[in-house]
Amino acid sequence: MSMDRRDFLKLAGLSTVGIGAGWVLSRPGDILEASQFLQTKELLHAKQWAMVVDIRKFKTAEDYKKVIDACHRVHNVPDLGNPKDEVKWIWSDSFEHAFPGQESEYMPQEMKHKQFVLLCNHCENPPCVRVCPTKATFKRKDGITMQDLHRCIGCRYCMAACPFGARSFNYRDPRPFVKEPNAEYPTRMIGVVEKCTFCEERLAKGLMPACVESSNGALIFGDITDLNSEVRKVLADNYTIRRKSELGTRPSVYYILDIPGGDRNA
Amino acid sequence: MLEKALVGTKRYWTWVFFLFAVIGIGFITYLQQFKLGLGITGLSRDVSWGLYIGQFTFLVGVAASAVMLVIPYYLHDFKKFGKIVILGEFLAVSAVTMCILFIFVDMGQPMRIMNVMLHPTPNSIMFWDSVVLGGYLVLNIIIGWATLHADKKGVSPAPWVKPLIYLSIPWAVSIHTVTAFLYAGLPGRHFWLSAVMAARFLASAFAGGPALLIILALIVRKFTKFDPGKEPIQAIGKIVTYAMVANVFLLLLEVFTAVYSNIPGHMHPFKYLYLGLEGHGKLVPLMWTSSILAIVSLILLIFPVLRKDENILALACIALFTSLWIDKGFGLVIGGFVPNPFERVMEYWPTLPEALITIGVWAIGFLVLTVLYKVAVSVREETEGVELEH
Repeated sequence: MSMDRRDFLKLAGLSTVGIGAGWVLSRPGDILEASQFLQTKELLHAKQWAMVVDIRKFKTAEDYKKVIDACHRVHNVPDLGNPKDEVKWIWSDSFEHAFPGQESEYMPQEMKHKQFVLLCNHCENPPCVRVCPTKATFKRKDGITMQDLHRCIGCRYCMAACPFGARSFNYRDPRPFVKEPNAEYPTRMIGVVEKCTFCEERLAKGLMPACVESSNGALIFGDITDLNSEVRKVLADNYTIRRKSELGTRPSVYYILDIPGGDRNA
Repeated sequence: MLEKALVGTKRYWTWVFFLFAVIGIGFITYLQQFKLGLGITGLSRDVSWGLYIGQFTFLVGVAASAVMLVIPYYLHDFKKFGKIVILGEFLAVSAVTMCILFIFVDMGQPMRIMNVMLHPTPNSIMFWDSVVLGGYLVLNIIIGWATLHADKKGVSPAPWVKPLIYLSIPWAVSIHTVTAFLYAGLPGRHFWLSAVMAARFLASAFAGGPALLIILALIVRKFTKFDPGKEPIQAIGKIVTYAMVANVFLLLLEVFTAVYSNIPGHMHPFKYLYLGLEGHGKLVPLMWTSSILAIVSLILLIFPVLRKDENILALACIALFTSLWIDKGFGLVIGGFVPNPFERVMEYWPTLPEALITIGVWAIGFLVLTVLYKVAVSVREETEGVELEH
C-alpha cells in the first residue's frame, strides 16, 4: 500500500484524536464524581447537615472572634490583610448586609447593626454545584457542598453563582500568609476557590465542626432530616430566618434572631 | 495556501513584527501572572470576573456575526457578498481564537483546563460554551479554507462543504446564546437575570461584528489590490443599522423593567453604571461615552444620505464598535458584580499587567486575522475578475 505524506499525516491526526477520545471514555469511574468521603469508622452520618446560629448568644466581640479564629486556625485560612484578595470561611457582618432588603429605617438600631455569623449555607439546591464545569464543587451524600481543590480550574463561575458571597479565590499564594500552619490540614495553592466545608475532616473523626465546638452552644449543628436531632428541636421551638431563601437555593444555615422586647411579648 | 502569508511587502512585515512585539510584551506579563496569580489583576473577592471575561463575551459576538454574511449569501443567494463572505469567516476564526485565549488567561489553574473535557458536566453552561465555541472554530476554519481553496483553483467547493455551511448558521446563534446563558441563569445577580439577555447579545453581536467587518473591508481595499466592492459594504451597513436599533431597544427594555418596577436589586447595578452608587462611580464616564457613541452611530447610520458616504459610514462603525466594546466588553460584566451580594459597593478597575495581557491577546487575534486575510486577499488578487462558483 502506498501512502503519500499528506495521507499519512491525516491518518496520524485522526488516530491521535481517536486514542484520546477512547482514553477519556474508558474511564467512566473518574468522570462520574470526585471522591466523596473519608470513610472512617468514626464518621458521623447525616442526610443533610445543617446549622442554627443562635444570634442571642453572641454578645461580645470575643464571642465572634472565638468561632472565626477556631475555624481559620484549624483550616490554614490565610490572612492577606486586604479586602481584594481576602480569603475567609466564616466571618461576621451586620443585619442589613447579611439580609439585604430585610432592614428598615425604623427597626431597632441595635438589631440593624447587630453582627451575624456568616458562612457557606451548604444549600440543598446549590447554584455553585450546578455551574461548576468540572464537578470540582459537588454535593456530598450528607448534604455538604464540597470541593476538590485538585480538580478546580479556577474559573470562578461558582463565585458568580453563589448569592451569599461564601466563596474565596486564592488570588495570591496563600502559604506565606498562614501565621501558624496546622500540619494536620492541607494548605491551598494559588488559583483555586475555597470555602467552609462544615469541617468534613472533623466529622470523619466523629467530632463537631470547629466553630460549633468553640461557640458555647451558640452554634447548633446536626442532621436536619432527623426528627430527633438538636437542630430540629431548636427549629421547632424558635422563629428562624435564612439568607435569601426566596432564591430557592434552600440554605441549610438558620438564624435565631435576637428580637428586642421579644421576652415581654412571650 | 499558507505560504502566501510568508511573502509580503515591507509594510506587511512591519505590521506583523509590530504585532509580535505586542504579543511578546503580553506574553511576558502573562508569565508574571502565571507565577504570582490573578492577584496582579484588579479582580477581587467581590468582582471576580473583569476585563478578560468581558473581552471573551464581546468577542463571542464578533465571531457569531459572520452569520450575517453567510445567511444572505448562502440562503438568499445574495451574490454581492460572494467576495466578502470569506472575510467574515476568517474574522470569526480570529475572534474565537481570542475567546479561547481570554478564557485561558482568566483561569486560576490554566494547566488544568482540559478538566472541562475530562470531566464533562452537562449541567454546567460553561461546559456547553466550550463545546460550541470549539465546534464553531473548527467549522469556520474548514469552511473558509475549503471555499478559498476552491476559488483558487477556479472550481466549486466540494459537495460536503454546503451542509457544513448550513450547520454553521444555527451554530453561530448557539455560541452567543450559550454565552448569554452563562450569565442569565444565576440567582442573585439581578443585572444578568434577564430573559432578553441572549436576544440582546445577538443584536449587539450582529451590529458590532459587521461594523468591524466594514472597517476591515475598507482597510483591505486601501492597502491591497482586492476591492470587496461598494455595494456589499453598503448592504452590511444596513444590517449594522437594523441590528444596532434592535440592540439599543433591548437595552432600553432592561432599563425600563429595572427602573419602573423600582425593585432596588434591579435598579442598583444601573445606578452604579450610569449615575454612581454610594459615592462610587468609576464606570460612569465610560458608560456615558458608550451611550453617546451609540446615539452618534445611530444618527449617522439611520439617514441613508449619511450612510452612503463611506467615510461617514466608517466613522459610524468606529463609534458603534467602541460603544459596544465598552458596554459589553466591560460594563455588562462589572454591573453583575456591583453591588456585591451584601449590597456593598466594591469597585473594580483593571491593572496595567491586566491591560497588557488583554492587548497581547488582541494582538494574537490581529495576527491570526492578518495571516488569514493575507491568504484570502492574495487568492482574490490572483483570481480577479473570475466569477465565483459557490
